[in-house]
Amino acid sequence: MALSAQKGRLIAVIGDEDTCTGFLLGGIGEINKKRESNFLVVDKNTSVPDIEEAFRSFLKRDDIAIILIVQNVAEMIRHVIDSHVQPIPAVLEIPSKECPYDASKDSILRRAKGMFAAEDLR
Amino acid sequence: MSGKDRLQVFPSRMAMAIMKARLKGAQKGHSLLKKKSDALTLRFRQILKKIIETKMTMGDVMKESAFSLAEAKFTTGDFNHMVIQNVNKAQLKVRSKKDNVAGVQLPIFESYQDGSDSYELTGLSRGGQQIDKLKKNYAKAVQLLIDLASLQTSFVTLDEVIKITNRRVNAIEHVIIPRIERTLSYITSELDEMEREEFYRLKKIQEKKKKIRALEEKRKAALRESGIEIKEAPNILEDEEDADLLFTD
Repeated sequence: MALSAQKGRLIAVIGDEDTCTGFLLGGIGEINKKRESNFLVVDKNTSVPDIEEAFRSFLKRDDIAIILIVQNVAEMIRHVIDSHVQPIPAVLEIPSKECPYDASKDSILRRAKGMFAAEDLR
Repeated sequence: MSGKDRLQVFPSRMAMAIMKARLKGAQKGHSLLKKKSDALTLRFRQILKKIIETKMTMGDVMKESAFSLAEAKFTTGDFNHMVIQNVNKAQLKVRSKKDNVAGVQLPIFESYQDGSDSYELTGLSRGGQQIDKLKKNYAKAVQLLIDLASLQTSFVTLDEVIKITNRRVNAIEHVIIPRIERTLSYITSELDEMEREEFYRLKKIQEKKKKIRALEEKRKAALRESGIEIKEAPNILEDEEDADLLFTD
């Protein structure tokens, strides 16, 4: 932890093609020496086990600090996200292009449920 | 549980002093932990509020970014593949710093630029302005998401720590302190009983000694009556043990 805290860590993205493209243009993409990328493009041919495996491998890599995942993809592997309780890497759900953000589905916000008033969520 | 559950100690004044010290310590610890829990909860609520605010802004920022992506695509044509194929080294990375709240280490992410833009030439032929805007928008989104990630990690860490602290506070309040109190009252009652026994024993011996002395006096008086002088002083250097008075009749 102390070692990896010094060097820069990456942000991983799992999402549809457009979301990935956008974030890659934002400059977060990296392919390391083992030809492993830190992003996964999910299209209609990507199967749920593939997403799950990619997500798990992102969790295992110690150079990834934040995992961004598009919410409709997150819905598919909800059980894996819910079972991840460690603070690092942080799993963030982001709205995708076609689906608006639904706060009630977010794992973190669901954990926080009951701690804030309902009218804050709008 | 009640009455029975106490620490295994020998009821003595020493043990009582130790127990009193432990009770003090437990109370001090309880109040300190309570304070810690309060401080953490305060911070936790602040973070929660910020998370909700940021999550709401995130929706807008992402919408804007997605819109600029559509704009760029409209002018440039489909460049998705080019971008996805050309990934090389990350230009935006995060560093984690540590923030300290009441002895709890909270990771704070901060981003920094590392290396040059690998998509400098994207959109060179047309749509350069849109691509530039798109990059800026997504950089802004990433920045926001990094902030959100730090908040979220703090949230998860704090949640865990608050639970542990509250569990400790409750354990001290409802288990440890009552147990010490029960031990103390046990020691007090035992000591009282020992005192009563001791008192009774003393009284009994006194009574017996009085009886024996009366007998002795009577004997001496009888001897004196019959004209025999007694001249004996008790030998104080005598070494023999005292007879057991308590249980003899």
